[in-house]
Amino acid sequence: MNKEYLQSSIKWGVNEKGYFGDFGGAYIPEMLYPNVEELRKQYLEIIYEAGFQAEFQMLLKDYVGRPSPLFHAERLSAKYGTNIYLKREDLNHTGAHKINNTIGQILLAERLGKKRIIAETGAGQHGVATATVCALKGLECVVYMGEVDIARQAPNVARMKMMGAKVIPATSGSRTLKDATNEAMRDWINNPVDTHYIIGSVVGPHPYPDMVARFQSVISEETKKQLLEKTGSENPDIVMACVGGGSNAMGMFYHFLDDEDVKLIAIEAAGLGVNSGESAATTSLGKEGVLHGSRSILMQTEDGQVIEPYSISAGLDYPGIGPQHAHLFKENRADYVSVTDDEAMQAGRLCAELEGIIPAIESSHALAYLEKMEFTGKESVVICLSGRGDKDLDTYMKYFNL
Amino acid sequence: MNRLNKLFQNKQEPLLSLYFTAGYPELNSTVDIAEAVEKAGVDFIEIGFPYSDPLADGPVIQHSSQVSLKNGMNLKVLFEQLKELRKRVSIPVLLMGYVNPVLQYGVKNFCDSCAAVGVDGVIVPDLPMYEYEELYKENFISNNLSNIFLVTPQTSEERIRKIDELSNGFIYLLSSSSTTGKNLKVSDVAESYFSRIRDMKLKNPTMIGFGISDQASFNKAAEYTRGAIVGSAFVKFLGTENAMQRIPEFVKSIRP
Repeated sequence: MNKEYLQSSIKWGVNEKGYFGDFGGAYIPEMLYPNVEELRKQYLEIIYEAGFQAEFQMLLKDYVGRPSPLFHAERLSAKYGTNIYLKREDLNHTGAHKINNTIGQILLAERLGKKRIIAETGAGQHGVATATVCALKGLECVVYMGEVDIARQAPNVARMKMMGAKVIPATSGSRTLKDATNEAMRDWINNPVDTHYIIGSVVGPHPYPDMVARFQSVISEETKKQLLEKTGSENPDIVMACVGGGSNAMGMFYHFLDDEDVKLIAIEAAGLGVNSGESAATTSLGKEGVLHGSRSILMQTEDGQVIEPYSISAGLDYPGIGPQHAHLFKENRADYVSVTDDEAMQAGRLCAELEGIIPAIESSHALAYLEKMEFTGKESVVICLSGRGDKDLDTYMKYFNL
Repeated sequence: MNRLNKLFQNKQEPLLSLYFTAGYPELNSTVDIAEAVEKAGVDFIEIGFPYSDPLADGPVIQHSSQVSLKNGMNLKVLFEQLKELRKRVSIPVLLMGYVNPVLQYGVKNFCDSCAAVGVDGVIVPDLPMYEYEELYKENFISNNLSNIFLVTPQTSEERIRKIDELSNGFIYLLSSSSTTGKNLKVSDVAESYFSRIRDMKLKNPTMIGFGISDQASFNKAAEYTRGAIVGSAFVKFLGTENAMQRIPEFVKSIRP
C-alpha cells in the first residue's frame, strides 16, 4: 500500500478537532478520556510506521487473502442493462470486510502494549473477526453480544468460542447491537489501562471513525487498480454499498471521495418499510444527536431517547450511522437511500441464481437498489459485496421455504 | 454566587450529597424525594434525568433510568415537576444526565429552564470540555449555573488544572475509573490519588463519588475532600419497600 493512499480526503476527511463537518468529536465521559486520548495521539504515527505497514500488508495478503477480486458480473449486468462489478469482500478470511479493520487494530493494540481486547458485535461477524485476530496474536478476547443476537446467531457464537473468545451476553435495553456497544464501553471504563476496544464500524468517539475508515480504505484502493486494468479507467460511474454503521461503505467510498464525478450511493435497511415503525433507515428517520461518543444522525424520540431499529439483517440493525456518513449525507456528496427486507431478500436470491454467489443479507441490500435505478448501458457500477451469505442461510431458508 | 457556592463557603463539616433518578420509582416522586432528603439533613441533591443508553452507569442506575423512561419521564416533564421545587426545597440542586437529551431540548433552553426552576448546577459527563468551552459556557454562566466536571485517577495534572479553571462549583472526583455502583475499596492507589489531588491546591473544592455506599467510605472520602456523593446505593434503597419513610435511616447509615 502506497502511503498516499492512506491519507484522508482534505475536504471529506476528519479535521484536527476530530470532526467531519458538523459531525464526530468525542462525546465521552472522563473515564474514557485517557484511553481515547492515548489512541488519538498515537494512531496516525503508529499506522504509518514502516514496520506496521509491512506487517499489515503481509497479513492482508497471506492471512486474509487480499486483494479481493473485482468480478464483472455478466448475467446481473445483462439483467439490468449496465456493467456491474462486484468487489468480493465476501471472499476474505472469516467471510466479510470486517477483518480488514480487526487486523489493523490488533497490530495497533500490540504496539500500545495492550493485553486484553474487547469488542461488540451484532450478527457476530465483527466478533468473529476480532476473535480471529486475537487467536492469531495470542491476546485475551472478550466479545459483548446482545442476548437476542446470541440466540439468533448461534454458529457465530460457536466460532468465537472455538477461537478462545469469551462471549458475554448484553442483557440491558433491547439486548442487541446498541446494548452490546454500551456494555463494551462500560467494560473499557472499568479496565482503563490494559484493554483495547476494537470497535467494528466507523462509529464511536474520534479517532475511531477515521481510523476504521483508513483500515477499510483498502477496499477502494484495490478497486481503483482493478478497474483500471479491466476498463482502462480507475473510476467507475457509480459506487454502491450498504450502510449500517457504515464501515464497508466508507472503505468502498474512501478513495473516490475527491473524485466528485463518481456517484456514491449508500443503501440503508428500511426493514418493513421506512414509515412502518420497524426500520433502520437512519438518514430518513433520524436527527442530529450524540450516540456512542460521536455527534451524528440517529433515530431518536423528540426528547433524545434512542429508538430501537429493525432490519432482517443484523448487521444493518443500528440506530445511527458513522459521523463521516452524516457529513457526506448533509453535504450531498453521497445519496442515502433504502430498501426493504423483502427487496433485499429477493436481490440476494437473484444474485445466487444469476452469479452463483450467495451474498450476506447486508450486501443484498446494496444489490436490491439496482432495481430502482435507470441505466444507459454504458456506465460501470461497482457494488461492495461486503460479506457472504453462509451466516444467513437459516434466514434465507425460512424466507424462501427452501 | 449560587446556593452551591454558598454551601461550600459556609459549611465546614463534611458534606453529603445524594443522587437519585427523576421519575423513579414513581413518575411523580421526584420532588417528594428531594424534600425528604433535605429534611433528613443532606447538604445537596443531584437529580438524574434518564437516557436510554447510559454508558457510564452500572446496573442499578441503568434500571432506574429504564423505569423512569417507562414512567414517562423526560426533560419537559421534569422541568414541569420542578416548578414545585423551590416551594419545598432550599438546599442546592444539580441536574445530572447525558448530553443527547440536552441537545434535543436545546442547550440554551436547558440552561434557561434550569435557572427558571432554581437549579444551581449541571453534571453532563459526556459533554466534552472543548464543546463546553467553545459553544455552551456562556449559557451556563449567564444563568448562574455551575458546570461540574469529573476527574478520574487517570486524568492528567494538566487536564485537572484546565478543569479547575473552567469549573465554578466543585470538582467531582471518581473514586476509581469505573461505572457507577461499584463499592469503594480504600486501596493505596485511591489514597495516593486523593492526596495527590489535595496537594494540587485547586481553586475549586472537591467531592468524591462513585463507590460511596456506607459510613466507612464516606469518612474516607471526607478525609481528603469536602465530602462525598452517594448514588447507586441510594437509588437501590429507593427501590425497597417504604423507602420514603426510611430516608432518614438511610442518611444516618452514611453520616450518623
